[in-house]
Amino acid sequence: MTTGKTGAPHDRVDGRAKVTGQARYAGEFTAPDLVHGFVVTSAIARGKIVRIDAAEALALPGVLQVYTHENAPRLAWRDRSWRDMVAPGGSPLRPLHDAEVQFSGQPIALVVAESFELAREAAGLVKVDYEAAPHETRLAEVEAEAHEPARGKKGYTPPPKPRGRADEALAAAPVRVEATYEHPPLHHNPMEPHATTVIVEADGSLTIHDKTQGVTNSRDYVCKVFGLASDQVRVVTPFVGGGFGSGLRPQYQLFLAVLAARELRRSVRVVLSRQQMFTIGYRPWTRQRVALGAERDGRLRALIHEAVGNTSRFEDYCENVVPWSGVLYECPNTRLEYGVAALDLYTPIDARAPGAVTGLWALESAIDELADALDIDPLALRLKNYAEEDQDHRRPFSSKALRDCYREGAARFGWHRRSLAARSMREGALQIGWAMATGIWEAQQAPSQAKALLTADCRLHVASASGEIGPGTYTIMSQIAAEQLGLPLAAVRFELGDTALPPAMIQGGSATASSVGSAVLAVCRALQHSLLKLAQTMPDSPFGGRALEDVEFVDRSLRLCSGVAPAVPIAAIMRHAGLGSIAEQTTAIPDLARQSRYTSNAHSAVFVEVAVDEALGTVTVRRVVSAVAGGRILNPKTARSQILGGVVWGIGMALEEHSMLDHGLGRFVNHNLGEYHVPVHADVPAIDVVFVEERDDVVNPLGVKGLGEIGIVGVAAAIANAVFHATGRRIRELPITLDKLL
Amino acid sequence: MLPGMGDDTCAITLKVNGSTLRLQVAPWTTLLDLLRERLGLTGSKKGCDHGQCGACTVLVDGVRINSCLSLAVMRDGASVTTIEGLAEGDALHPLQQSFIEHDAFQCGYCTPGQLCSAVGLIAEGHAHSEDDIRELMSGNLCRCGAYPNIVAAIGQAMRPRRDA
Ligand code: FES
Ligand code: FES
Repeated sequence: MTTGKTGAPHDRVDGRAKVTGQARYAGEFTAPDLVHGFVVTSAIARGKIVRIDAAEALALPGVLQVYTHENAPRLAWRDRSWRDMVAPGGSPLRPLHDAEVQFSGQPIALVVAESFELAREAAGLVKVDYEAAPHETRLAEVEAEAHEPARGKKGYTPPPKPRGRADEALAAAPVRVEATYEHPPLHHNPMEPHATTVIVEADGSLTIHDKTQGVTNSRDYVCKVFGLASDQVRVVTPFVGGGFGSGLRPQYQLFLAVLAARELRRSVRVVLSRQQMFTIGYRPWTRQRVALGAERDGRLRALIHEAVGNTSRFEDYCENVVPWSGVLYECPNTRLEYGVAALDLYTPIDARAPGAVTGLWALESAIDELADALDIDPLALRLKNYAEEDQDHRRPFSSKALRDCYREGAARFGWHRRSLAARSMREGALQIGWAMATGIWEAQQAPSQAKALLTADCRLHVASASGEIGPGTYTIMSQIAAEQLGLPLAAVRFELGDTALPPAMIQGGSATASSVGSAVLAVCRALQHSLLKLAQTMPDSPFGGRALEDVEFVDRSLRLCSGVAPAVPIAAIMRHAGLGSIAEQTTAIPDLARQSRYTSNAHSAVFVEVAVDEALGTVTVRRVVSAVAGGRILNPKTARSQILGGVVWGIGMALEEHSMLDHGLGRFVNHNLGEYHVPVHADVPAIDVVFVEERDDVVNPLGVKGLGEIGIVGVAAAIANAVFHATGRRIRELPITLDKLL
Repeated sequence: MLPGMGDDTCAITLKVNGSTLRLQVAPWTTLLDLLRERLGLTGSKKGCDHGQCGACTVLVDGVRINSCLSLAVMRDGASVTTIEGLAEGDALHPLQQSFIEHDAFQCGYCTPGQLCSAVGLIAEGHAHSEDDIRELMSGNLCRCGAYPNIVAAIGQAMRPRRDA
């Protein structure tokens, strides 16, 4: 068997578990004493509960308890205790805390019963009287009151200061475009609904299986809110059925399940219904204005990008919507602004490529509008304004192979055959549109730990409390470890999703490969170091005075890179040292001193072809080419899948997805998968993914940039631009449904 | 009697992945909840409970159905195959193997439903092109967006394998 390698298209190591139904998700763990909770949610958007009557529910045999604000125990007092690792500024939701209702769908009771069906039935019997207060769920009504978001959200950076004089330069520019772009709230809808199973162990401690992108975040939240020591709570989540950001913060089913388990001293499971999946966070509703001024030859003179996204009344969710506009193109005069406006809705939460998806939808639409105004090829216009350095921070890019993305993407797509004018390509009744857009995402690394145990039979166990929401964490971490120690992939077992393991960064922002991967690399290097030292003590060792750079691990053996001496099996080294195993634990910390001298971003160029039926207004995406510069690719097979997923999300955002509010009720009304349309098989064409070569030794020791987000960024703009190219109609409000084209 | 279910349970017989089971079930228990909660066969997933996502797809007498839309009592005497029953011992079903090779999943939550649905699709014999597969698999949502790989995996499994 050959050595497992990075860069090779290995099948997923957890593939068998997933295709045989053996992979176990949060709501699938069980215990002999398990009971079921079903959540009751508020029917009004704002006001007070004046009476809550659970008598009828409690009268059903088998119903154990109904928890409401009237009988729930008093818990942590300070906001700080309710704020999780990635909470935005403000006062987090405290379920069942008091009679106040702050959004429609707020959890107001939990019914616990012996069976799921019974709990659900009883939940329908809980009677609630409200005193409703006026609510506001229309963004346009509060946009003028937008404010700078309260500090506190990790990863949020306020927009950079203006450069030059954007407004004057715009007024003076010979060619100008200016428009407002909007997209509605969008719910993540991972296929696995949010779920928590709390198992009460014999000693009273809790083992919690929670749908989360960060087991440590869930554990710490439970400890702080319920006043528990960290050794009383263990969160174990080996598989997550999709997250996309919805599992970054602890959701309310975690709180409710723990509350009931502690009160009843029984194991409890709470699973949200698909309808209730519309009562948790979402990508915020955002309106943006972009104004571009250019010379007649296409050189940008002015760029203004202003955005307002919605938040709740109690927290300031915020995201990096506008900064990309200051980085992507060369422009001497820029003004970027961002604010949030409060609605009577739940707080939004990061959704796949938060901020960038939003900002690039507007920016890349506007660039296309400018190309049209100038009568210049949209790709040529982008190349003309290509930024060679980060003008906002006045520093170089650690790497930027975006030009290669443009070139290779265009070649694969056949861009040179495109005719410039809108409405110029046709196939019978179909109007054909070809267009493109650029994508960008930040390459990030956060501190993470890993431990490793190498046994004398050359089996390696590596572990870190990371997650597997679908990117292939198990697989790429196993590849990294196998490569470092010269082992076959099958000899490595990578374990994750357990707070008993060394802590890892939360799984989000496309930073798992860079952060946890660097920790795995570091712990394997530590093992290498130990093995080399042991090998040096062997009689006639060829390794005397040699450093790690002089040796390599191949086929379960250590050898000199120069190949002048025979390889020594790892098993022989350990036997000589009399060791049955070697254990290491390491923390990988980003080299901030070095990294902060550069700007590190992943980039993409996405090309799409759409067909629009002129009589029906239906839009079909017929093909997509996504060319990505994402640093080193650890596994081309799983990497391609990440980009496919991003593109599919982009198709949904452009053409289908829309969480619709009934403003009279202040409530999302299409709260099911029949009416909230996500792309299905028939909506998704062949997608061609290209990874361009990109070396980067600054971004992290592995040279990876992360791929979970970059695939979606720019896709909505590319599709909207293609619809324009096909029809001559510029749609600036997503999704582009047929009513907007007729 | 099951706790909280009254005395109104019904006796049914089901063949599940080859084993014949005699069960007392409440009339309101769906086939999906029976499989997941009573029989511990959690491979069949619940994505919506409303027949809108396909995650719960199983084969009943060889035909693919959404098990969340079927009450268990309606299936008395039927033979049910779930994802746990597709492989023969250690030997994966050709579709399972093909899904792994084509990376036809990411989080894996829709995968059992996609696989059972694909088995049903092939048995129906109506899919003759990739477009047919797309159309006839559109009841099975995949939020991870593994669609192109799922279509490729099914396409490969449909072609008679040339012996190596
Ligand atoms: S759970 Fe049955 S179709 Fe969604
Ligand atoms: S693999 Fe995640 S939903 Fe299909």
